[in-house]
Amino acid sequence: MPALRDWGMPALVTLPMSRTIIPFGPQHPVLPEPVHLDLVVEDEKVIEARPSIGFVHRGLEKLVEKKDYVEFVYIAERICGICSFIPGPTYCQAIEALMNIPVPPRAHYLRTVWGELSRIHSHLLWLGLMADAVGFESLFMHSWRVREKVLNIIEATTGGRVIFGSCKIGGVRRDIGADAIRQMLADLKKIEQDTRDITRVFLDDSSVKDRLCGVGVLSRQDAYELGCVGPMLRASGVAQDMRQLGYAAFKDLDFEPITRTEGDSYARCAARCQEIFQSIDLIRQALGKIPDGEIAVKVTGNPNGEFMARTEQPRGEVAYCIKANGTKNLQRFRVRTPTFANLPAMLKLLPGCDLADVPVLVLTIDPCISCTER
Amino acid sequence: MAYFQMSRLALKWVFAKPVTSRYPFEPRQAIAGSRGRLVFTRDTCVYCTVCAKKCPTGALVVNRAQKRWTIDRLLCITCGYCVEACPKESLELTTDHGSPTVTKDREFC
Repeated sequence: MPALRDWGMPALVTLPMSRTIIPFGPQHPVLPEPVHLDLVVEDEKVIEARPSIGFVHRGLEKLVEKKDYVEFVYIAERICGICSFIPGPTYCQAIEALMNIPVPPRAHYLRTVWGELSRIHSHLLWLGLMADAVGFESLFMHSWRVREKVLNIIEATTGGRVIFGSCKIGGVRRDIGADAIRQMLADLKKIEQDTRDITRVFLDDSSVKDRLCGVGVLSRQDAYELGCVGPMLRASGVAQDMRQLGYAAFKDLDFEPITRTEGDSYARCAARCQEIFQSIDLIRQALGKIPDGEIAVKVTGNPNGEFMARTEQPRGEVAYCIKANGTKNLQRFRVRTPTFANLPAMLKLLPGCDLADVPVLVLTIDPCISCTER
Repeated sequence: MAYFQMSRLALKWVFAKPVTSRYPFEPRQAIAGSRGRLVFTRDTCVYCTVCAKKCPTGALVVNRAQKRWTIDRLLCITCGYCVEACPKESLELTTDHGSPTVTKDREFC
């Protein structure tokens, strides 16, 4: 638009660029997680983002002093509502290491299979939310349609849809029979095809790429220095995946961490899309090699000592630190969740971005505020 | 960069049957192996209180003297721990989730 001075007239009034604070969350249409951001915006540009969390603190770490260490598996599973299976084995892994419990190999494989199913459903849920954030409602519905099939497999094999409740100290509570394995492999084939159809839209469609490419670029150096974990770190080019530690059955399975080099929102989306196929492949490998035998051993006695267990959740590395004193109640339980590690990177990405890109940037870290606050 | 990627997916689903069901006119098919509602069989129960001791949420309360087994449906997380612990197999988890709870009171059996 031409200014007054272009017609030879002096500008009468010069308006200073004003700053406004826009509250984002904890209740927001595109973000189901209760995070609150005070966005300082100048025109349409975000200048600063001030976060505040603490809306859903439940005191689950403190509960460890009141609950039996065996019963606490149920509470550990409820730390996160999306990656709900992996906290259970992580907690059990820590207790089993303290008490030197020889977990049967079949239980390790079953934990791996359920952990990867949990990763698939979490990533499909994230893809749906991302489609919703970029304004692609039908793609959101399709992502969750595929996720429903994964949830059906989980319900048939574990008994629960979101909270699996199938892991216990010393092994697992349920076995998967030969028929169920055959059924699972057949269902996975359909899920793989359906996922291929929807990821093609995420990765190739011009309207999705317009919203993701070049938005929120995080360099490899920044991702490493800010302590990012999971797909957020791998999308910036650092090949770090806790599954390489070889816990559960991962030591027997063949896989390489999926990395991208771009470091933008598109790379983070692509990394998660590829991880779904990687997880399907890992499940097939695990079901192909699963040994026969017991699924659990009897546990007697109480744990004593300190241990830190690290596993790879869908959002990244999670660390569980437990301290036991030989009684049935643990002394201390501490969780470092992946979202907590990724929040500093999100706050680095937000300044300088457009206001319309804020939901996309907040979602690319795959925030799980409920497990961060516990 | 490709265009009309979504159209291909949408066209595939134009003539397909809806994925969603017409609930509640069409009841949900229970999945075999699902942990649904906890069902108590009075005839075989010896009121040993093992289930109440094992319950992680305190949903079960058993009175041996009065021969009374009670459950708070809102506290029950259908973990199945009581089913595994019951020596007389008086407890069972059905695959359907049953009707919604309409009271906050305990259910007496």
